[in-house]
Amino acid sequence: MADETPKIQILKGAASDLSAATYQIHDESHTIGNALRWMLMKNPKVEFCGYSVPHPSENHINMRIQMYDGLSSLAALLQALKDLDDLCVTIDDAYTYSLRNDNYERWDEKS
Amino acid sequence: MASSSSSHLPQSVFNPRRHVGVHAERVSDVSSTEFPGHYPGEDHSWNLAKFKQNLKVSVKRLSQRSVEFDLVGVDAAIANAFRRILIAEVPTIAIEDVFVFNNTSVIHDEILAQRIGLIPLNVDPRLFDFRPPGGIPMDRNTLVFKLNVTCERAKKGSSSPYINEYVKSGDLVWEPQGEQATVFASRPPAATNPDIVLAKLRPGQVIEMELHAIKGVGKEHAKWSPVATATYRLHPLVLLNPSKPVPPEHAQKFAKCFSPGVVEVSAAGEVSINERYLRTETMSREALRHKEFEGCVELKRIRDWFIFQVESEGPYTPESLLPESIKVMRGKIASIRAAAEALLEDSQHLGGGVGPDADGDVNMGGQ
Repeated sequence: MADETPKIQILKGAASDLSAATYQIHDESHTIGNALRWMLMKNPKVEFCGYSVPHPSENHINMRIQMYDGLSSLAALLQALKDLDDLCVTIDDAYTYSLRNDNYERWDEKS
Repeated sequence: MASSSSSHLPQSVFNPRRHVGVHAERVSDVSSTEFPGHYPGEDHSWNLAKFKQNLKVSVKRLSQRSVEFDLVGVDAAIANAFRRILIAEVPTIAIEDVFVFNNTSVIHDEILAQRIGLIPLNVDPRLFDFRPPGGIPMDRNTLVFKLNVTCERAKKGSSSPYINEYVKSGDLVWEPQGEQATVFASRPPAATNPDIVLAKLRPGQVIEMELHAIKGVGKEHAKWSPVATATYRLHPLVLLNPSKPVPPEHAQKFAKCFSPGVVEVSAAGEVSINERYLRTETMSREALRHKEFEGCVELKRIRDWFIFQVESEGPYTPESLLPESIKVMRGKIASIRAAAEALLEDSQHLGGGVGPDADGDVNMGGQ
């Protein structure tokens, strides 16, 4: 059953050139929804982007993307995923650097 | 004024666009506005180089159980994603199946099983696979413990009148299965804390159980959460109004409205902010309650300066938790990306877009 649900579905009502579409992403929540929405809104070619969790007991989110100039929202989604991955790597590197090189307080915590 | 030359904080902190207003009864300017098209003539599109330049991550305090670090220059959407992943999606090992052979204690089987499930175990989850629902227990996905405790009367003159009066997490006995004896030879699986009381017994009472621990994530049950808390708060900021100084006769009263050390009063009764103590400010808003301080002070928080506090409870060292959550995040991104790429490929094969089919659905998300 779980294997049959596709990770991403394009909901009906999407423009035929995908310049406006709602993507239903399975097995995701606000965690990815809000982060991805933010990254899509950072793209100047995106006219509108919003997401919702349609029902708390359904395990998916709906991500609406509308583009300017008839551009593909799927391309924008892929770009946003790539940028979000770059962001993760950057934060990971900065944290690791700080952990190795910064002079921070170390203390003994009793349990 | 807080932005004096002796400033401890970077000057960019005083940029009003980064401020969340804290008022007596409400907060203002909570959401970020730095998106393309919001400010005429400004470019706020995503730029990795610019992001790298503005990002500041710095560890502040570290103990063997907790870590405090600052994450500056990201949106709440990103910071919250990491917080949510830390609580709900970084996997750990916890006891899931409890087989009760005998339990004559006063505590009921299901209550005891629930308590046992919550024991944090010191097992590195990276060495384990997830066991699918209904899957067969194997040495790669299941740990077995035995809990056999009998309470007896102690000999006269001993310090306690009973033997095994308390059943503790340290009484769990690990039973290696298959290759586990070699894999875990250096660090035998056990509870991180051996002193958790699970039940109390009296002479003649017996607990006899077999426990199976599996890998899971906190969104299914909190027992799989690797953290005790993972929270963030925004860096506080107190701005004095230079055109309306605090009346010197009320300076001490003003200082008492803030956390110790935040407000300094000179001999002449002049008030200043010690930025070194700003992060300890509780933002009680006490100064906003008094008429005599009206217009003297503004309370702010810095919208993109997150002070994370993460307490580890389980196998991960506190400093390794954020990298783990980033790994989980990247895994999620990769799986969505694979599905999106498959969609794109399908649309190109069809040569004209992934249009909805006869019943209006497009269904091509498979890997």
